Amino acid sequence: MAAAATCGSVAASTGSAVATASKNNVTSFQRRGRRASGTNDSGPRLVSITGTRPSVRNGQLLVSTGLPALDQLLGGGLAVGTVLLIEEDKYNIYSPLLFKYFLAEGIVNGHTLLVASAKEDPANILQELPAPLLDDKCKKEFDEDVYNHKTPESNIKMKIAWRYQLLPKMEQIGPVSSSRFGHYYDASKRMPQELIEASNWHGFFLPEKISSTLKVEPCSLTPGYTKLLQFIQNIIYEEGFDGSNPQKKQRNILRIGIQNLGSPLWGDDICCAENGGNSHSLTKFLYVLRGLLRTSLSACIITMPTHLIQNKAIIARVTTLSDIVVGLESFIGSERETNPLYKDYHGLIHIRQIPRLNNLICDESDVKDLAFKLKRKLFTIEWVQDNYLRQERNIYPPGFSYLLKQKDSAWGEGSLQHSTFLMSFLAKATAFASRLVRHSEPLKQNGSGRIRQAAGPRLWHDGRRQEAPGLLGIPP
Amino acid sequence: MFVELNNLLNTTPDRAEQGKLTLLCDAKTDGSFLVHHFLSFYLKANCKVCFVALIQSFSHYSIVGQKLGVSLTMARERGQLVFLEGLKSAVDVVFQAQKEPHPLQFLREANAGNLKPLFEFVREALKPIDSGEARWTYPVLLVDDLSVLLSLGMGAVAVLDFIHYCRATVCWELKGNMVVLVHDSGDAEDEENDILLNGLSHQSHLILRAEGLATGFCRDVHGQLRILWRRPSQPTVHRDQSFTYQYKIQDKSVSFFAKGMSPAVL
Repeated sequence: MAAAATCGSVAASTGSAVATASKNNVTSFQRRGRRASGTNDSGPRLVSITGTRPSVRNGQLLVSTGLPALDQLLGGGLAVGTVLLIEEDKYNIYSPLLFKYFLAEGIVNGHTLLVASAKEDPANILQELPAPLLDDKCKKEFDEDVYNHKTPESNIKMKIAWRYQLLPKMEQIGPVSSSRFGHYYDASKRMPQELIEASNWHGFFLPEKISSTLKVEPCSLTPGYTKLLQFIQNIIYEEGFDGSNPQKKQRNILRIGIQNLGSPLWGDDICCAENGGNSHSLTKFLYVLRGLLRTSLSACIITMPTHLIQNKAIIARVTTLSDIVVGLESFIGSERETNPLYKDYHGLIHIRQIPRLNNLICDESDVKDLAFKLKRKLFTIEWVQDNYLRQERNIYPPGFSYLLKQKDSAWGEGSLQHSTFLMSFLAKATAFASRLVRHSEPLKQNGSGRIRQAAGPRLWHDGRRQEAPGLLGIPP
Repeated sequence: MFVELNNLLNTTPDRAEQGKLTLLCDAKTDGSFLVHHFLSFYLKANCKVCFVALIQSFSHYSIVGQKLGVSLTMARERGQLVFLEGLKSAVDVVFQAQKEPHPLQFLREANAGNLKPLFEFVREALKPIDSGEARWTYPVLLVDDLSVLLSLGMGAVAVLDFIHYCRATVCWELKGNMVVLVHDSGDAEDEENDILLNGLSHQSHLILRAEGLATGFCRDVHGQLRILWRRPSQPTVHRDQSFTYQYKIQDKSVSFFAKGMSPAVL
């Protein structure tokens, strides 16, 4: 630690922007090699690794997750030395996509890959990676997509949903050249074979490894997890990602991908039984994995079928032991498939946790209702209300006066309930548009004690007075 | 050290109470800012600190400590800070056979053992040196966080035993302080965690509970802090006092305000 302090102070004395980069490289990763070399050779230390960039907030080294939209939501990307946990969707359709985007990003940037799976041979997983979209080919198609969804109404002041105007819009970023951070991928095409062959990758396929005679240290983990930890530790040490191997000077990132961790195929029974004998195996594995990652130049993605885990306490513990947790919820088979609010979307994406690394605060995004869609070739993430806002002009034709939104509504800003209520209420109301009157002062209390809406339209229907739909109207 | 929190707790580094166990608890939010506060508070109070950091690496605390005005590297060199980096030690323990007992020895055992090696480590670290002049005021044990020990296979009773031994040594024998962090799992039905949390709540003198807002995420108010003083030594005279404040975490400090009085709303 003394060497790190002196390196830091020497770097500060040079006083250049380059110095901050080197000082911040010490953050999550300590190289023991530095202690041996007393003089600071500024050359290799300041060379930046391809596919990484320092975070704006704290200088932490970030790598892209393969989805630029997700990078934006996570505060710039995945920090080196951390774990990204993806809670799988129910039928495991979209989480393998995110897994493959992460690995494809590694191949495009020239990072080393470590793919572990109990279900599929890693070689097959690599064959199915999506092809990267580069500038010339797809810029035309991307512009077409943006044009189709052009929202001219976004520039015009909104009448009813005026609060939504104040919220930030999700940016549409175009495809970038391969030297920049974060690439777009075409899910319908395969990664070219020469790129896969040129990359350095290691595969861990559990059925093969479980029978081999790898020396296993005694530990209370299931054998599958123990072997995987040994394998990861071997690769990190031998290829020099933690700086402890004097022969190897590694300046590359190791991207680790573990698929379906916790499923019965790994020999773990947390998805089958509520209080199995191995209930601590998974959490111990995650803890030791975290220890390995924090001391090496690596980043890890794990997909886990959390919807199958019987014991909710384990999910809470797993969340604490992971850094970033993203949950996917697909609409297939659920009642949300027919909800007009979710038209065009394939599912919801929940950012459940973002770490506070080297900092008291973290970059939490303000937008909480996010949905994703796999549209032709691109996987996009959008704010759900964008869809609603596009339809706003259709619902409120000019020429009528409309009911003002109540200021003290029972929901928080931007919540799904709020927007669904508005949509459903106003969609019905357009049929009676000519009868809607704008109320500005609350109606009188009639003394019966029944709560009435402060400014609600009374719809006369078949001679019987009928309350307009709304939360505050309590049925008789 | 957050000056506003010191004011709320009515302490300064010079005249802090001794022999106390402080319980930090977080529910639906991240309470690690309290750990950073107490770490810098006790380092500034010139105490000998033993920090059992199980969940993050040394550099994480070091960088945040620099923002709060303490240098962990310097404290470690002077001998004021004894730092057990759980993550690094776990990797050493699991992959290499250790000759002498290691504080995290239980990781190698199949059955839930006990935390005796960890307690020996703490006792060794905070042992007063008989070198004549006293350099440090009193010893402090900081643990971040205890819920991780449950995830690693220890039972709640084993962890409570460990805390009991540490209290006997650090708080009673050496007249020092202890600060521990436990997560509250809320509705996740983590029974072991609930046992641990309830057991510690009854033993502690001061409970700081950081909760997320019931209505969800807010950009201007990050959460709510409940401060509960318990004085087990005077059972009748003073009732337990409890205060609630809301807070917003900034880059280098935390600002506290009464409920509903956030500057963003006023």
